[in-house]
Amino acid sequence: MTEATTYRVIQSTPSSQMAALAALALLVILVAAPWWAGRGDMRLLSEIFLYLSLAVLWNLLAGYAGLVSVGQQAFVGFGGYGLFALAMFLGLHPLLAVPLVGVAAALIAIPIAFLIFRLSGAYFAIGTWVIAEVFRLSFAQVSSLGGGSGTSLPIAIVKSMAGSRALRDSISYWAALAMIVLVLAVVYLWLRSRHGISLTAIRDNELAARSLGIDVWWTKFWVYLVAAALTASVGALLFLQKLRISPDAAFNVNDWTAYVIFIVVIGGIGTMEGPLIGTLVFFLLRGFFADLGTVYLMVLGAVAIVVILKAPRGIWGYIHDRYGLTLFPVSRRVVKFDSSHKNENPS
Amino acid sequence: MDWLNAIVQGILLGGLYALFAAGLSLIFGVMRLVNVAHGDFIVLAAFLALVVTQSTGLHPFMTFIFVIPLMAGLGYALQRGLLNQTLGHAILPPLLVTFGLSVILQNGLLEIFSADNQKMDAGPIETMSLTVAEGLNIGVMPLAVFVIAIGVITSLQWMFYGTALGRAFRATSDNQQIAQLMGLNNRHIFGLAMALALVVVAIAGIFLGMRTSFDPSVGPGRLIFGFEAVIIGGLGNLWGTLIGGILLGVSQNIGAQINPGWQLLAGHLTFLVVLAVRPRGLFPKVDG
Repeated sequence: MTEATTYRVIQSTPSSQMAALAALALLVILVAAPWWAGRGDMRLLSEIFLYLSLAVLWNLLAGYAGLVSVGQQAFVGFGGYGLFALAMFLGLHPLLAVPLVGVAAALIAIPIAFLIFRLSGAYFAIGTWVIAEVFRLSFAQVSSLGGGSGTSLPIAIVKSMAGSRALRDSISYWAALAMIVLVLAVVYLWLRSRHGISLTAIRDNELAARSLGIDVWWTKFWVYLVAAALTASVGALLFLQKLRISPDAAFNVNDWTAYVIFIVVIGGIGTMEGPLIGTLVFFLLRGFFADLGTVYLMVLGAVAIVVILKAPRGIWGYIHDRYGLTLFPVSRRVVKFDSSHKNENPS
Repeated sequence: MDWLNAIVQGILLGGLYALFAAGLSLIFGVMRLVNVAHGDFIVLAAFLALVVTQSTGLHPFMTFIFVIPLMAGLGYALQRGLLNQTLGHAILPPLLVTFGLSVILQNGLLEIFSADNQKMDAGPIETMSLTVAEGLNIGVMPLAVFVIAIGVITSLQWMFYGTALGRAFRATSDNQQIAQLMGLNNRHIFGLAMALALVVVAIAGIFLGMRTSFDPSVGPGRLIFGFEAVIIGGLGNLWGTLIGGILLGVSQNIGAQINPGWQLLAGHLTFLVVLAVRPRGLFPKVDG
């Protein structure tokens, strides 16, 4: 920083600094959950963490990179099956398998990206769906993983994670918590970095971004790879909690993509805060209306349509416009930096 | 002979896939809209036809008297009331709105008709067949679907290149602003295009309901087949779409001949190979 300049680019805001402190406090409370929450609460919290992870990742793809995928269930299912296969055939500890399936998913995402990046817009979306179908049909052919009807994780492997059931519950809860912290950290730091600026530029105007010298294809490619790896790891944890996997459950478009899209759209697509708000709304609504089953899904679909048409930036977009709040400061603002602020160190 | 049989049946199956694809291709051509709920509309049409046969006793073939006007009206209303609002430069709104529609339709049908398998009874024509050669029989029903698919594509082709409406479609497709300057009402034209697309969907749905069993969850699968036929054949080329449908049907049947579990997989793999080798399809006509 030169002293001569009277303007500076800053990222944080007062509300974001408060939010960072609150998030730290919340993290401490959440880490301690096994000592204050019941078994059911911990399961619900884990589910919330994992859904939030999927939502943050889908938002990175669709909201920032313009890669509207309706086939992320391919990687959720791949992660789930990968964990089962590594644990059952190679005897790996399930938690060790979680990062490994992430790496495997990134590798398999490379040829997939080369293929489906040839499709654009909505055709890309349906192309991702075809990939997910290929995954589902292929895993249904693997008879050692139960074929079309699926398989359960052998009890010996489950027990190898920890001696007591309470400790096992805590471990899988902590794993889910670690996952959401990792996903939020990766996406947040990415968006704050130089690459984040390119992504936002691509989101706002792909042609203009290209003319500024941003390599749009490779930027999108890396987003797709990272999202695939993390989505597969989330999938591994999801099925580590369920302990049972089948092709229809693992590659379910409703569970792993439709819900996630609704969460992001209702919360606010293209914002860091949107998936958080959307996940809270989704689980609150589910708590009240889950018994309605199909009607609940129809209501979610209708709400998403109304939000897209009437408030395309979702609940968080509305809050942000009205109150100027920011929890995750990923955008940069230029502020006047006069002498009275000289000793401050905005970062 | 088994193989020849598989190929011939695959070609005929391709006719049904071309019917799935034609509506998708039409609305993409006119307004660059990809309707993710397309497959669910096909299933909706099949259920409408089922309700008509059950309540009036009409032969499934004749249900088109009711189903086609209903679907056309629905298409026009849907386009003017909802989908026109999503058109613009952004890709997200049309995609997400039609995705929402797909979920609503699927679950609505599930609520009304349950998840049970349904099938329309077309009577003796279902089992009739022509013997072409020793061991090679062609079902009358699949042949009828194939002939109708060719009829539909011929009519669409004529409509596009031989009528005033088709000229309006092509004009809005080429340049919306200038079409408007020439006195066309784009919103109305788009409404008509969607109505026409759902007429094709109605025909596809009626034949889906007669040829195979269906339930509320099969829509996305039909969307994918139609989409693959469009991409294999090349965007904007209706005859290409028919060839795409045929290639898809033949690959599926050859896959099934090798191993019953490979039927769908073989179709998807053919699609991916075409995408890898000729990303714009075999006979491309317009840019995406």
